[in-house]
Amino acid sequence: MAEAVAAAHSTEWAAVLAATARVAADLDLAEDCVQDAYAKALVHWRDQGVPRRPGAWLTTVATRRALELRRRADVARRKLPLLMPEDDVQDRTFPDDRLRLVFTCCHPALAQEAQIALTLRLVCGLSSAEIARAFLVKETTMQARITRAKQKISRSGIPYRIPKAPDLPERIDAVLDVVHLVYAAGHTAADGDALTRTDLGRRGLDLARMIRLLLPDSSEAAGLLALLLLTQAREAARVTNGRLVLMEDQDRSLWDRELIDEGLRLVPEALRPAGRFGLMSAIAAVHAEAARWEDTDWSEILGLYDVLLERWPSPVVALNRVVAISYVAGPEAALAQLPDDPALATYPYLASTRGELLWRCGRIQDARAAYEEALAFTSNAVEAEFLQRRITRGA
Amino acid sequence: MGKYLVMIYDDEAKWAAADPSVAEQNHKNHLAFAEANGAALRGGGQLDSSTTATSVRADGNGGYVVTDGVFAETKEVLGGYYVIEAADLDEALAIAKQVPSPMGGVEVRPLVNGG
Repeated sequence: MAEAVAAAHSTEWAAVLAATARVAADLDLAEDCVQDAYAKALVHWRDQGVPRRPGAWLTTVATRRALELRRRADVARRKLPLLMPEDDVQDRTFPDDRLRLVFTCCHPALAQEAQIALTLRLVCGLSSAEIARAFLVKETTMQARITRAKQKISRSGIPYRIPKAPDLPERIDAVLDVVHLVYAAGHTAADGDALTRTDLGRRGLDLARMIRLLLPDSSEAAGLLALLLLTQAREAARVTNGRLVLMEDQDRSLWDRELIDEGLRLVPEALRPAGRFGLMSAIAAVHAEAARWEDTDWSEILGLYDVLLERWPSPVVALNRVVAISYVAGPEAALAQLPDDPALATYPYLASTRGELLWRCGRIQDARAAYEEALAFTSNAVEAEFLQRRITRGA
Repeated sequence: MGKYLVMIYDDEAKWAAADPSVAEQNHKNHLAFAEANGAALRGGGQLDSSTTATSVRADGNGGYVVTDGVFAETKEVLGGYYVIEAADLDEALAIAKQVPSPMGGVEVRPLVNGG
């Protein structure tokens, strides 16, 4: 029975909370009611069996409780700033309440770290303690961050609805950025001993699937999901025995074919029109389609990076483009084009990329110095161990 | 519905350096903004320059300290404001984006309990 409730927690939480929030008109109240519904499920489902549609059962119980509590609060004349649900015509295009919840959590009037925390808490149903652990901050800090964000939502009147059409592309971008950051935080943990935090990675992928489902017409939603699938597919080959393995040296038989196929199927759609995530997924697709490292179509990758850099310039994209140049025009040509951006001054991948290029040019001592520099800027134990091996390579 | 204060923050040095025609045009832009958003406007005004500001602080002993100047020293200072009424923050921000503020930007704050 506990398993049935746990399963319903991971699959139904967002939908139940989103529907309840509409009735409760208050996120805290909605959360309490949903928690309460799950607690009741533990008892009821044991006595009466698991209902045929667990999500509907939970939603009914939670919304009924929310209505009851609101009525009582109205009697007590407790004047609360309420969420502002609005049944505008536009919402019929987006019948799923979960989308309202996602757009509210990822509202640009909230700081991005608050958007991430709220999304994990309200959309994924993680506890403050779990989110705090994932981001290595104190639970009280995370709790305060979430409380502050919820207060801003209700007090400043952040609406509980789908943004109006002119704002939609920008608002979708904000949502996708949050999902990407959740996945990325799981993919390479900034601190700590393990390279990945599997749970955050899985949550990021789940969120990307959900957004794709809720926004079937967004090519960028398709692009983000494709990118995450194609990245996740290489996960098993990326670390062996606790050691980081570069894509060049990865055992490609360990790549997850199912995830790759799912990702590849999405890429054509993600490129119509080609947005940021669409282009990044196309690059990941070129890697996925190469049977061996030697078969990688680097000129295709370079072309994609050219478009990406032109339309969404960023020093990190510029750095990745240089790697592509090194395989098209050679490491010397690439060295000359390394970005000289102050934003990357302490970015360990700039120094490690310089190290790789210098090594390939045969400048062994210079390469080792570059790896030393990268080592000084990394706080991840697995990456540090990798750089140590690079420093002593060939010695 | 709730009321929001839209505060216009300007870099006064930029205004001082600008051609008078820029200020004239800006004035026209504000009139146009007010006309376009008349239904939402509940008040507003232009403030005199920050050199005319006087700040008053309680001294903690039952008295007050009055000083020349704005409350917080920043590059951009409060130069004007509107009070608007909007259904929610999205609507308030949509209006705030139309406020002419060529030498800075605006800050949007809800009035407590809908004003």
